[in-house]
Amino acid sequence: MNVRPLLRRLPAVLVAGAAVGVWYLISMVVLAEDRRFLFPPPHDVVREGFLDGDNRAELLDALLLSAQVASLGLLISAAGAIAMAILMSQARWLERSLFPYFVVLQVTPILALVPLFGFWWGYGFSTRVLVCVIIAFFPILTSTLFGIRSADASYHDLFRLQNAGRLTRLWKLQLPAALPHIFTGLRIAAGMSVVGAIVGDFFFRQGQPGIGVLIDLYQSRLQSEQLLAAVLLSSLLGVLVFWFFGWLARIVVGGWHESADEPGVKG
Amino acid sequence: MTVADADEAAPVSGTGPVLSLGAVEKRFPDGTRALDPVDLDVAAGEFVSVVGPSGCGKTTLLRIAAGLAEPSAGAVAARADRLGYVFQDPTLLPWRSVRTNVELFGELRGVPRAERRKRADAALELVGLTDFAGHRPRALSGGMRMRVSLARSLSLRPELFLLDEPFGSLDEITRERLDDDLLRLFAAERFAAVFVTHSVLEAVYLSTRVVVMSPRPGRICGEFTVPFGYPRGEGLRYDPELNRIAAEVSACMRAAAQ
Ligand SMILES: Nc1ncnc2c1ncn2[C@@H]1O[C@H](COP(=O)(O)OP(=O)(O)O)[C@@H](O)[C@H]1O
Ligand SMILES: [Mg+2]
Repeated sequence: MNVRPLLRRLPAVLVAGAAVGVWYLISMVVLAEDRRFLFPPPHDVVREGFLDGDNRAELLDALLLSAQVASLGLLISAAGAIAMAILMSQARWLERSLFPYFVVLQVTPILALVPLFGFWWGYGFSTRVLVCVIIAFFPILTSTLFGIRSADASYHDLFRLQNAGRLTRLWKLQLPAALPHIFTGLRIAAGMSVVGAIVGDFFFRQGQPGIGVLIDLYQSRLQSEQLLAAVLLSSLLGVLVFWFFGWLARIVVGGWHESADEPGVKG
Repeated sequence: MTVADADEAAPVSGTGPVLSLGAVEKRFPDGTRALDPVDLDVAAGEFVSVVGPSGCGKTTLLRIAAGLAEPSAGAVAARADRLGYVFQDPTLLPWRSVRTNVELFGELRGVPRAERRKRADAALELVGLTDFAGHRPRALSGGMRMRVSLARSLSLRPELFLLDEPFGSLDEITRERLDDDLLRLFAAERFAAVFVTHSVLEAVYLSTRVVVMSPRPGRICGEFTVPFGYPRGEGLRYDPELNRIAAEVSACMRAAAQ
């Protein structure tokens, strides 16, 4: 068996162990017993949050909903942003006329828009998805556009030598060259979409609760074990999404582009 | 016209040069005068090398010959349907295998898949890379990548083959080996070639004719015929007659630089 991959993960595992150690230290030593509820030790969080059947079901249902919101939002955003980037790359005037407004949308704090959306369309599933779509759009748009433009002039010459037209160049040169950049954009957008789904929840108290709703609820009820469990699950969701796109990028462009080599695991 | 039916077509012959540049000038929009009037005819079976200091307009000249750039004045006539072009860099598509990189030109010209695969494999054999057909470019050395780039053009069976300092960035041993490969291919295929280099010795060793360009704005300030036949081989590099011609070419270049 090859132990080198395991050895490479060792530092990260040690850090995780140290973090749990510090956690125990704070809960059990720094905090007096009457204040321990502020930061309960890991085993309490696991018992209350994950081993208790009802609590676990509540958490996992909420997590699933948030995951659905985030992934559907990302999917729609990716389709729209990639299509928009392709159109913009083919027609400068389109980029000139629309890009400034995508920047405006990007710099407007999305959470400031949530109440407005809720006011217009209610606080249902589709409004939650819309928040994620908007949040994820810009990074995918810019990275795709950048990727499409990344093919060197000499490569365009190569195609023009045999009289290849714009669409041939787009399909056989610019889009393949853009793929690694698109994946970088997707990875960033996916993380933002998860955050959008969870933070957006704070505004969506009606309907089926997402994990953000639970976080809000546990906090108001001082259920700190479950609160911590919900926070851990939220970051787990983010990590899973991040890993998924790293894995996908390695499958698709790993054979030819070094960007897909996982950072921190090189050599 | 595709490579497939090009075989049936008569080879370019007798009726005038394959490439003809008449008083071609180039001025860039920023005012740079890259080429003063240049006249250059290249016939089938001729291997013409262009030497000159860097920045004198050699790349510009090739790009105009290939139709990648428009001359500011003058006339360009290329009687070649199948045009090979090797850039200074290999310009391989990193996501494609060596074989599908070599297939690219045929693919863009609509050559049927089976036919262009056959051509690609034949071209890869010519440059000695059959065993690497399935590899990605990034697994190859610089010299091998340049060979793939050669094979990509060869797969078209070019009538006119333009090469822009193709081996300039390689080490000497690799460069000499690729020069010999190119000689072998030229002896077999007898395309019309324009080969840009800054190495005088390489130019004389490869060519039927060497053209010297002046510093910018480039114009032709000397022409030398190299009287050796083909095939040529290794031993010729140290031939006194060849070195005498090389010395003359160098002297011409130095005189032009003054
Ligand atoms: N697109 C361009 N715009 C302005 N100047 C250019 C452009 N391309 C090349 N030049 C200039 O034209 C001259 C000739 O360039 P080039 O043909 O590349 O020279 P060489 O290949 O002989 O080194 C150089 O001085 C270069 O800076
Ligand atoms: Mg050049």
